[in-house]
Amino acid sequence: MDILFTGLLLGGAYALIAMGLNLQYGVARIMNLANGELLVAGGFAAFFLWTSGALSPFLTVFLVAPVAFATSWAIYRVMLLPLVRRARSRGQLETDAILATFGMSFVGVGLMLAAFGGDYFSYSYLARPVTILGDTFALNRVASFLSAVALCGVLYLWLNHSRAGLSIRAIAVDPDSARLVGIDVPRMAAIAFALGGAVTAVGGALISTYLTLDASTGVMFTLKALIIVIMGGVGDVRGTIVAALLLGVIETLVASLIDPGLTLAAAYALFIGILLFRPQGLFGKAPT
Amino acid sequence: MRLTASDFRGLTLAVLLLAAAAALPLTGSGYWLSIGLTIAMFTVLATSWALFSGPTHYISPATAAFFGVGTYTTGLGFETLPFWSLIVLAGVLGAVMAALVGLATLRLSGVYFVIFTLGLAELIRQLITWAQNRSGQKGLYVLTDITEAGIYWLLVGLAALVFLAGWLIGRSRLGFALRVIGDDETVARHSGIDTARAKVILFMVPGAVAAMTGAILAPRYVYIEPALAFTPVLSFQVVIMALLGGTGRLWGPLVGVIPFTLLWESISSNFPNQTTLLLGLAFLLIVYALPRGFVGLLDDARAGRWRRGSRTETAAADEAPA
Repeated sequence: MDILFTGLLLGGAYALIAMGLNLQYGVARIMNLANGELLVAGGFAAFFLWTSGALSPFLTVFLVAPVAFATSWAIYRVMLLPLVRRARSRGQLETDAILATFGMSFVGVGLMLAAFGGDYFSYSYLARPVTILGDTFALNRVASFLSAVALCGVLYLWLNHSRAGLSIRAIAVDPDSARLVGIDVPRMAAIAFALGGAVTAVGGALISTYLTLDASTGVMFTLKALIIVIMGGVGDVRGTIVAALLLGVIETLVASLIDPGLTLAAAYALFIGILLFRPQGLFGKAPT
Repeated sequence: MRLTASDFRGLTLAVLLLAAAAALPLTGSGYWLSIGLTIAMFTVLATSWALFSGPTHYISPATAAFFGVGTYTTGLGFETLPFWSLIVLAGVLGAVMAALVGLATLRLSGVYFVIFTLGLAELIRQLITWAQNRSGQKGLYVLTDITEAGIYWLLVGLAALVFLAGWLIGRSRLGFALRVIGDDETVARHSGIDTARAKVILFMVPGAVAAMTGAILAPRYVYIEPALAFTPVLSFQVVIMALLGGTGRLWGPLVGVIPFTLLWESISSNFPNQTTLLLGLAFLLIVYALPRGFVGLLDDARAGRWRRGSRTETAAADEAPA
């Protein structure tokens, strides 16, 4: 029970990060391998503002989100849009995007190493115990989880019940047809990419309240987010959330019952299962 | 097999270059031997990497996984088995591993393959660390009487094999099938090519070669541990070198390996903390300035000299097979 809860709490944060990646990949068609670095940057911001200005990480979020949104938007317009225009096929765009975001990811790690050094950083915020259903949990984990749930909920409502959300879902289904019905695809794709970046950075700020990060941990989060997106299905919010919670629980199970060093192995076991049996995602329809 | 005059010229040139490369240890300079060894290692890795990723355009950041498996093959077996058999064994292990990865991911679209291979080295590192923790040992000592020159010659020999294999694949049905797949996978499938099978078979080549390279290099490290054998930087160095040189030609990666190795050596000895930044900038340079590598530049220059008027046209036509 304890494990299940801890896993769900972790899964909530994963859901948020994977949702950010899913917006970027599903709508803007950019497989963003620099996603994890943005997450770590969000965490750094929370760390810095808490240790130097005693600003609560849950308030930092409101600062991190617009900054990450603007940064991601600029990256998309300046660096990725030329690749989208240049690509003559989906495959070529994928290869170019992978290489370009690899580059950004390494540049990001390099800059953060130069700015903050290679040390782990962690801080203590809301590290009080709370009791839920007879088990005790750290308050920061619970608070992060609740924020993540709230954000996921808002995103879900926005995507499903607003005009902009409808446009974004239309692009995810078919960018060419979306243009035919009068959707400004380049603009909406940039917004989706920027929004994905903002969500990821917020996820980073939330996760930094209880996980220890360092400049080069980003790639692990990228990898897990990618696995979640594939598992949940590209562009599928519900699938992403279920997959993230599943990964959180299984990872916690493996970490507490077998060995904490095997978390990636747990993620891979899930990934292989999906690849072999449901490559279209948990709730996806089989391709015809 | 029929050889044209230009085939013969290429072969003669290759043999001469190989002989020159093999003569390097005779100069007696330890510094240049060590640089040459690194260059030989990356030539083998990048050329074999490009054999698969060149025609298919699938970026595989998994070299370190195969390399590490090779190092561990030597590390665990050098006391009981002769060294040469370990190299062969590593090659077989690498090929089998690549086949398993390929069977799981290459039936599907390229994204799955990239994600899977991205974490592969870390996955195997975690598994080996876990196994070591259970058995209580930390690392392995590989103490042999193999000299640095011996390792170098083995690598040059392996490089010759890789070039030969690449040349033969290029002339074979498999090579032709792969070029069709690279141009348009749908067309390939419609003309009766079993695309998944062709890709899996070809992916086994870099897998086997990287594992053999790891097995050959293990004695040089003397002490191996998971963090060293599976260092993720290796995979990215290989990707950069191959793409920087250009994957459109068999010798393309070599053109990237030599300058990048020298640059890497000087950066990592003068600014050891900035190597990550260098990797990142190299990736960006490739995507935005050199999408077809140095080979592409050479081709453009040559095309420009022949037909100065219609330069843009030839560049566009050249881009497809790159």
